[in-house]
Amino acid sequence: MNIVVCVKYVPATADRRFSAVDITVDRAGVEGTLCELDEHAIEEALRITEADEGEVTVVTVGPEEAADAIARGLQMGAHKGVHIVDDALHGSDAAATSLVLAAAVRRIGYDIVLCGMASTDGAMGVVPAMLAERLGVPQLTLASQVTVEGGTVTIRRESDTATEHIEASGPLVLSVTDRSNEPRYPSFKGIMAAKRKLVETWSPAELGIAPEVGPEAAGTRVSAFAARPARTGGQIVSDEGEGGVRLAEYLVAQKLV
Amino acid sequence: MSEILVVVDHIGGAVRKTTAELLTCARRLGEPSAVYFGAEDGLIPGQLARYGATKVYVLDDDAYRDCLVAPKAEALAHLVATRRPAAVLIPSTLEGKEVAARLSIKTDSGLVTDASDIVRGEDGAVETAKPVFGGAFTTTVSITKGTPIVTLKPNSLTPPENAGATVPIEVETVDVAVSDAAKAARIIRRESRADLGRPDLAHASIVVSGGRGTGGDFDAVEAFADCLGAAVGASRAAVDAGWYPHALQVGQTGVTVTPQLYVASGISGAIQHIAGMRSSRTVVAVNKDPDAPIFGLADFGVVGDLTSVLVQATTEIDSRRASGA
Ligand SMILES: Cc1cc2nc3c(=O)[nH]c(=O)nc-3n(C[C@H](O)[C@H](O)[C@H](O)COP(=O)(O)OP(=O)(O)OC[C@H]3O[C@@H](n4cnc5c(N)ncnc54)[C@H](O)[C@@H]3O)c2cc1C
Ligand SMILES: Cc1cc2nc3c(=O)[nH]c(=O)nc-3n(C[C@H](O)[C@H](O)[C@H](O)COP(=O)(O)OP(=O)(O)OC[C@H]3O[C@@H](n4cnc5c(N)ncnc54)[C@H](O)[C@@H]3O)c2cc1C
Repeated sequence: MNIVVCVKYVPATADRRFSAVDITVDRAGVEGTLCELDEHAIEEALRITEADEGEVTVVTVGPEEAADAIARGLQMGAHKGVHIVDDALHGSDAAATSLVLAAAVRRIGYDIVLCGMASTDGAMGVVPAMLAERLGVPQLTLASQVTVEGGTVTIRRESDTATEHIEASGPLVLSVTDRSNEPRYPSFKGIMAAKRKLVETWSPAELGIAPEVGPEAAGTRVSAFAARPARTGGQIVSDEGEGGVRLAEYLVAQKLV
Repeated sequence: MSEILVVVDHIGGAVRKTTAELLTCARRLGEPSAVYFGAEDGLIPGQLARYGATKVYVLDDDAYRDCLVAPKAEALAHLVATRRPAAVLIPSTLEGKEVAARLSIKTDSGLVTDASDIVRGEDGAVETAKPVFGGAFTTTVSITKGTPIVTLKPNSLTPPENAGATVPIEVETVDVAVSDAAKAARIIRRESRADLGRPDLAHASIVVSGGRGTGGDFDAVEAFADCLGAAVGASRAAVDAGWYPHALQVGQTGVTVTPQLYVASGISGAIQHIAGMRSSRTVVAVNKDPDAPIFGLADFGVVGDLTSVLVQATTEIDSRRASGA
């Protein structure tokens, strides 16, 4: 079973901010990392191939520095990496990202494409469904549990109102939540081995899709952003035996009860 | 006037609050038509007409219930191709976002997820307000391509009572031949969650949450919630410890809530938790650590033990009610 894991390079959670220059994510001087939620996707891919056999490829669409995200995946145990990098990709929307990823995973070849539940910056949670649509394969998304038996994959999904058990046969797109597994830390051996693993760098042009990406091609345009004003005038009291009464009084005064 | 499609969020015909919010937004853009997936006998058209829908498309096929996401996206693409609406508005549920994702690819259209407001911009484009980075920023995003698709978070606005009075509503049954490919991910079993007799977390107007500070004992949290008619939520630490079900986790990888009142008890206020409750109107925190980050976000906070504070507050509110004060 060959698995392609899509991973995103994101700014560290505490450092997320906007660039006033072009109203995109400001990456200057901001530490980046492999999206924490995508570690669960890598872990799931490793477990599936360890139980069966096959190769795990991590693929990312992102700037030069995104090579760090691939490196982390290789240290965890993935076999090779593909980095799609191009300046024209800066400011792409989700549809364009999925277009590039779809072309890349087709070229790599796959039985399963594995994704995280959402990125920690854009956080839309839509790329896996878009990929399934573009590839024309079944989507098994937001799995909190995955079972693979032969060519059939079954997942458990906590939907809005119920728990669902969903089944499909490959090739397919699978995404996993942070409840699916506990991602491993790279071992010393893993870190050393990663240095010798193959990472290919492709451009969108090589995938034959250069004009359809970047801010010009995007279907959405961000025209303004504003930091949410800090809450001020909050009243903090210390419980000296009547904290609960004070709380009740506050709620009554605010007409909340 | 141009038609705006609104996907109805309902459970067995009972329309959820988001639908009224979506219809209210749709009226700003054009003439709202509701899209109802399910059996027609469950449908109560008046629930939709009241908020301004002039038409409802009823789509009933086993595939919408038994298969994941793809059949609904196919049906909506059919409606977009045949009715040429000016926009498609969808509830920001997990399923809603994925349906929107596939529809945006099928129709080559721009997509905004998790919007908190939708208006017609000065340039005529569909313009949204969208909180990002866990609610730390709000962006203004216009959709510039195809048939604009927006998913709206619940509790984003207060639909005016009787907005559309009761306009006559036309019910049209639409049959779409769902492709075999769209039926490839089959739901083989579905377990409904136990009804806890409390409001639905994502839509609740008051939420009382407990975290690691409860030590696993949610009695005081639940009693306070019931006294306020609130939903109960939990932090991931409480969920990971097995104290509370994941379906009730508030935060980045759980549910986003936007209540009038959010009470965080025994919750430190990690960035990923705040991401799920930052847009709450009023925030109250109870925590024994005066330096807990949650206090930086609170309109009212009590530094103290959550059990004694919540039990006392519950008793106080009950006795005020009993005395009619
Ligand atoms: C604050 C903010 C707001 C945005 N708003 C919009 C918007 O409203 N509409 C819009 O179309 N675009 C928007 N974008 C752009 C969009 O986020 C990016 O194009 C992104 O590549 C895809 O969306 P996501 O990060 O939300 O991914 P998600 O859909 O949340 O990602 C899910 C999974 O897909 C995979 N994946 C996602 N991105 C990549 C990647 N680059 N490389 C490899 N795998 C990946 C990962 O497995 C990930 O876990 C926004 C970006 C930001 C930072
Ligand atoms: C990718 C990712 C996604 C995540 N998603 C989420 C998410 O969706 N939701 C979420 O909640 N977290 C999420 N987290 C985890 C988050 O980072 C925190 O670890 C978590 O929110 C902590 O929960 P807590 O506040 O209950 O526990 P703690 O941080 O341990 O805080 C417990 C608090 O209780 C107080 N306390 C202790 N005893 C008492 C008492 N008797 N009375 C009053 N106060 C008391 C303590 O002072 C402390 O402030 C995520 C993390 C990651 C990395």
